[in-house]
Amino acid sequence: MRKFKEKLSERIFFALALSSISVLALITLFIFIKGVPLIAEVGAFKFIFGMSWAPGRGEFGIFPMIIGSVSVTLGAAVLGIPVGICCSIFMAEFAPVWMRNIFRPAIQLLAGIPSVVYGFWGLLFVVPAIRNYLGGPGLSILAGSVILAIMILPTIISISEVSLLALPRHYKEGALALGMTHWQTIRSVQLPAAKSGIVAAVILGIGRAIGETMAVIMVLGNSVAVPQSVLDPVRTLTTNIGIEMGYASGGHQQALFATGIVLFVIIMALNVSAQYITRRKIK
Amino acid sequence: MTTSSDKIAIKDFNFYFNEKQVIHNLNLGIPPNKIFAVIGPANSGITTLLRSLNRLCDLSHEARQEGEILLDGRNIRAPDVSVTELRRRVGIVFDVPTPLPMSIFDNVAYGPRLNRKTRGKNKSALSGIAEEALRQAALWDEVKDRLNAPAMSLSGGQQQRLCLARVLALKPEVILLDRPCSGLDPISTAKIEDSLIELKNRFTIVISPHNIQQAGRVSDRIAFMLMGRLIEEGANADVFSNPKDQRTSDYITGRFG
Amino acid sequence: MKPTKPPPRRFNFRGFKPREIKPQTVEKIVKGFVWSVALMVIAVLISIVVFILYKGLPVINWGFLTEIPRKMGREGGISSAIAGTLLVTAVAVFIAMPFGIGTAFYLAEYTRGNTVTRVIRFSAESLAGIPSIVYGLFGFIFFVMYLNLGWSVLSGGLTLAIMILPTIIRTSEEAIRSVPNTYREVGFSLGGTKWQTIRGAVAPSAVRGIANGVILSVGRSVAETAAVVLTAGSALRMPASLSSPARTMAVHFYILATEGISMENAYGTAAILIILIFFINIVANTLINRFVAKGR
Repeated sequence: MRKFKEKLSERIFFALALSSISVLALITLFIFIKGVPLIAEVGAFKFIFGMSWAPGRGEFGIFPMIIGSVSVTLGAAVLGIPVGICCSIFMAEFAPVWMRNIFRPAIQLLAGIPSVVYGFWGLLFVVPAIRNYLGGPGLSILAGSVILAIMILPTIISISEVSLLALPRHYKEGALALGMTHWQTIRSVQLPAAKSGIVAAVILGIGRAIGETMAVIMVLGNSVAVPQSVLDPVRTLTTNIGIEMGYASGGHQQALFATGIVLFVIIMALNVSAQYITRRKIK
Repeated sequence: MTTSSDKIAIKDFNFYFNEKQVIHNLNLGIPPNKIFAVIGPANSGITTLLRSLNRLCDLSHEARQEGEILLDGRNIRAPDVSVTELRRRVGIVFDVPTPLPMSIFDNVAYGPRLNRKTRGKNKSALSGIAEEALRQAALWDEVKDRLNAPAMSLSGGQQQRLCLARVLALKPEVILLDRPCSGLDPISTAKIEDSLIELKNRFTIVISPHNIQQAGRVSDRIAFMLMGRLIEEGANADVFSNPKDQRTSDYITGRFG
Repeated sequence: MKPTKPPPRRFNFRGFKPREIKPQTVEKIVKGFVWSVALMVIAVLISIVVFILYKGLPVINWGFLTEIPRKMGREGGISSAIAGTLLVTAVAVFIAMPFGIGTAFYLAEYTRGNTVTRVIRFSAESLAGIPSIVYGLFGFIFFVMYLNLGWSVLSGGLTLAIMILPTIIRTSEEAIRSVPNTYREVGFSLGGTKWQTIRGAVAPSAVRGIANGVILSVGRSVAETAAVVLTAGSALRMPASLSSPARTMAVHFYILATEGISMENAYGTAAILIILIFFINIVANTLINRFVAKGR
């Protein structure tokens, strides 16, 4: 009976694990089945590097959107990562307890707010501010980057903070005992020791930024063109799907799935490299 | 070195972690109803030896072993031996107190509740077992009014006696103690030592003392190990007053270790 | 002993000495900088929340909560959107929970570093990175079209279940792994089998972390828009069963706000969403604190 239960419990856990991950295969399979025929028809090179997206005329080129995704994500990373790491240092080291008790739930709340609300807030405040002070239409790469930077903050802050707090106390005490200032200790002992966690946080944050759809739909302007400056409107891979999926059919719908394939491949490449980096760190 | 009357007989025992050999060709007999102390400096393979006796070393994937360990004449690694049954017969107390994050009572009742024979028993039978175990571990008087308090609320010494009681509740035959008093104050240490001396009539006790004085105080027989090898084994008085090996006398007189 | 010579200065060009800023001064500057960044972030957060609540709270009344939307949402309340959110989230969490927690236990307790486990871990981590819109595409083609479930609570819930699976797996695995190894050793040393040890010694200590992960994923489901709009649809009617289409609050907000149907009702919906998220967080935190108090 005990033996049986033992075997059974392991089998059940294994079955659950197996079915959880089989959805990855399922997702890959179905999105590729739906999208690959169109890529084959248009030609992979023309699809990825084509400059013209005109579903009505059967022209499917997504290069401007790839540029859009990359530029908005880069912008979000440039704005969000330093701020996020700063905040995690603040929470793990500098903040007094009462401040921490406000900050932590606040960051939790920030993580839970629907992305559409961020997008809407950006539309009402960030977009007009950019239009009035920096020029251009306001709906722009910059607006999207600002919104995404705010949205990836909770991910970066919470994971970095955890990895800072998880360090053994004697690291810090040892350094302080050598007469270092608090900041010297953070810079030369704690940040390097927590590096792998912080890198993981950054990669996860970037992944979130590339994948975000609804918030950026509202603030990017969504025009299909290669942007000339950060004040130009762009369309990303995700927003392309989000905007047109509602009414697309036939080849057009297939093209959106093909866009999904490109997004999927980019994300998977990012995942694999992230896993490779963290695994090497462990060894 | 082993005789048929031994409770545990270790024969030609070798133990490896990956490529590193931590126990070399050990032959040792542990007699029943005695306190058997295994002494030696750090990295002598003593913890590994104790954990081999109830196959806790199996949990490590890097471990590999050769030779035999016989409990009542039967190899504990024989295919038909149930490892859970073995661990109930050979209990262990670790070098740091390891209460589970539940109440004092639940900690003591944890083992009996796993056991088929006692699982069906009702609450009052379980409390009987728990009380007896706590009394044997000299903890009953201190906790009887707060059995439902979290075990973590006890002091370190009380926690360690709770861990001893938890093992006793299973009514084992052998009790292994791996430096059980290493982090404890002298009073708690004395209480544990007193309980051990009282318990030895009913159990076979193998202890790795945290210092030589403790070995002298509690043990009937002593084995001295160094770098994974058995150097000397004998009755308490013989080893202390008349060590056969120079290294033993160096260790006992505090020249190293 | 000879006195050792001090090492040569790195910068000693013709007697020029770089002005060194005292570490204590650097400390002050850095502290000021970090404080101001943190306060700025807090200010942005508060401005978002306060703005939505300021605009939204006046809209909320009993009718807003209990009435069906009328005229595309221009009038009436949002009761069907509330129901849609609750239903879709419930389906997602109840389906994802057993799979996610089971997978986490398998990964944390049973893995042996062989190929199968490497594949499972790789897939679980990859799932975590997939954008929600891709989940939406998959849910649309698989649940809505291929399994012919149509735009429905069930399609939406199943899609969200897959989306939150990695969150549950990751947080649960983390919680299980952070249970001290001594608990496992104690469990085994008292003669427990693996299953008994997991259930009796490991799981109770991991519960709070697991619950936290589940609640996090509830929050994610409530807030998700892209994946839901493609799989649950955006019907305004009250969902009658699991197979009827539904509109969640996040989708409702999006449609109201972007199509300019009714700003007031959009603000009201957003305010309720934020209050709901706030409430979920409070539940999560009290749950955690209670388990912490109980465990120690």
